[in-house]
Amino acid sequence: MATTTARTTPEAFVPQEKDMRRARRDRNIRRFNQYILPRIILIIMSAIFILPFYWMLTLGLKSNSELAQYPPTLFPHDPQWQNFRLATEAFDFWKYLRNTSLITGITILGAVISNPIIAYAFSRLEWPGRDRVFMIVLATVFMPFPVIIVALFDIYSRLGWINTFAPLVVPMFFGNAFWIFLMRQFMMQIPRDLSDAARMDGANEFQIFGQIILPLCKPAIGVIAIFAGLHAWNDFLGPLLFLLKEDLYTLALGLTFFQSTSTYDVQFNLMMAASTLIVLPVIVLFFLFQRAFVSGLTVGSLKG
Amino acid sequence: MALPTISTAEPAVAPRDQPPVNPTPRRLWDSPYRRSQFLTAMVFLAPWVIGLLAFIIYPIGYTVYLSFMRYGGFLEPEFIGLDNYTRMLNDGVFHQSLWNTLYYTFFAVPLGVVVAMALALAMNQPVREIGIYRVILYLPSVLPLFALSFIFWALLDPNAGIVNEFLRLFGLNPPNWFGNVHTAKPALVLMAQFGAGQIALVFLAGLKGIPDSLHEAAMLDGAGAMSRFFNITLPLMTPVILYDLILGISLGLQIFTQPFIITGGGPANSTNTLVFHIYNNAFRFGGNMGYASAMGVFLFVVTFLLAYVVFWTSNKWVHYDLS
Repeated sequence: MATTTARTTPEAFVPQEKDMRRARRDRNIRRFNQYILPRIILIIMSAIFILPFYWMLTLGLKSNSELAQYPPTLFPHDPQWQNFRLATEAFDFWKYLRNTSLITGITILGAVISNPIIAYAFSRLEWPGRDRVFMIVLATVFMPFPVIIVALFDIYSRLGWINTFAPLVVPMFFGNAFWIFLMRQFMMQIPRDLSDAARMDGANEFQIFGQIILPLCKPAIGVIAIFAGLHAWNDFLGPLLFLLKEDLYTLALGLTFFQSTSTYDVQFNLMMAASTLIVLPVIVLFFLFQRAFVSGLTVGSLKG
Repeated sequence: MALPTISTAEPAVAPRDQPPVNPTPRRLWDSPYRRSQFLTAMVFLAPWVIGLLAFIIYPIGYTVYLSFMRYGGFLEPEFIGLDNYTRMLNDGVFHQSLWNTLYYTFFAVPLGVVVAMALALAMNQPVREIGIYRVILYLPSVLPLFALSFIFWALLDPNAGIVNEFLRLFGLNPPNWFGNVHTAKPALVLMAQFGAGQIALVFLAGLKGIPDSLHEAAMLDGAGAMSRFFNITLPLMTPVILYDLILGISLGLQIFTQPFIITGGGPANSTNTLVFHIYNNAFRFGGNMGYASAMGVFLFVVTFLLAYVVFWTSNKWVHYDLS
């Protein structure tokens, strides 16, 4: 730049050597601040946040003798891929997987049926006090579930629901505050004219709901299905309270049970191999539906 | 409870014109249109109302009722007045568990806001491969809490763990994290920060909502990066921070899974939490369902009070303009 302009500009404006050096230094600092520094910080942060996954996989692949080494090896020198098979044999993995999948499936079903129905009343029907009642829905988000675990256990045992999946799946058919909120925000974005036009044509609300609004809500229903599935798959306290028979255990309980029965000789490698197998579907799901995850989280977090 | 961060107003896209059938209904029952809307709404609302009554309101009432009873789960409940509540005054383990729970909440929740904000600022950098970093920083928060507990148990293990190995590189003498009365709770607080990616994404959405013109104007006025963060970014994020604080307090006071799996409440009750104590009294040592219910009522009151205090102070530090 400087050399080409030097010929046409007056003598006084020709950049001096020290000016050019300063300009170059400024440019280097700017470049460092813009491209290098953020990357250094991001890479350090990422390394910390990926560490749990890395160590889970590393321990999961170690042999018993390598596990016993001290100091611990930083990566598996002789990866034991059969650890995954051994983990599924060390405890009743497939049975627990079946139980967990069943609970997860029914939970998703309940969530995608109930939440759109309830959200419809809060978004596309006019009735006095609607938005004030919706505040009650939002307030229940902050209700700590463990407060009522004793009462729930007693209520369910009187109903004969203990040692069935009912306490885990039946409530899912009656809506969940978060998912009602998510669904409502989505339904509110659908223009009102659509409903009004259908009303003019003599459609009743049930037809409008089923034939016009519901098909438009498929993306939001997908988000709810993912979050409901994740909730069921990840739940620990619920199964711990209500499933007392080993036959009914979920993967979460099975893994805990496996841990507590091997106290004398903690088999970290099999524990971590089993954890990997349990966590894997969650991670795969996340990568398949990244966009849905993010939109489900950030919906309504700000105005609009 | 009014939630400042959540808009209940209808978006602009939905025109608020009168319903087409009857343009000027005064009262609910005067207009067939509004009457039918109301009745239909009640039908659609029915699942939620039933669920609220059956799975929240009734169990809360039943918890309060049980808290005045001696009840072991088999014989009929027997009224004992306030005995369960006075018992809390003399239960040393309860005091310890309350202290542990408050300790965890007071450290983990505010620290969580700071970490999430740092993550959000990092995720907002104009770097080409930013998508990869965002995924990595968010990923631990989709993990089930029980799995994360197992992983941390292994990560911080004095023999098989990598964290202590790393700290030894710097000549430190790292503790047996979960085996030491003084470090077990801080370890739980640190572990909680790995879930910060979730709220960081919410913060990130907030950061992206701040108009560039604000930052540009401040830059023209000579404001540095620090000054812009504290005078523009942070004030505009306060509504989201408030929401996170209240939700975090509610969740923090519920901590159970991590100590249950990793420490079993130990060592020396240093990670015994309120919910753990409730669980132990009702289900493990059996027979104290009345007492456990009283502690449940206590947990409810503490959650409400703390959330209320935060909410009450919020008009001093939360800014709603422009957001």
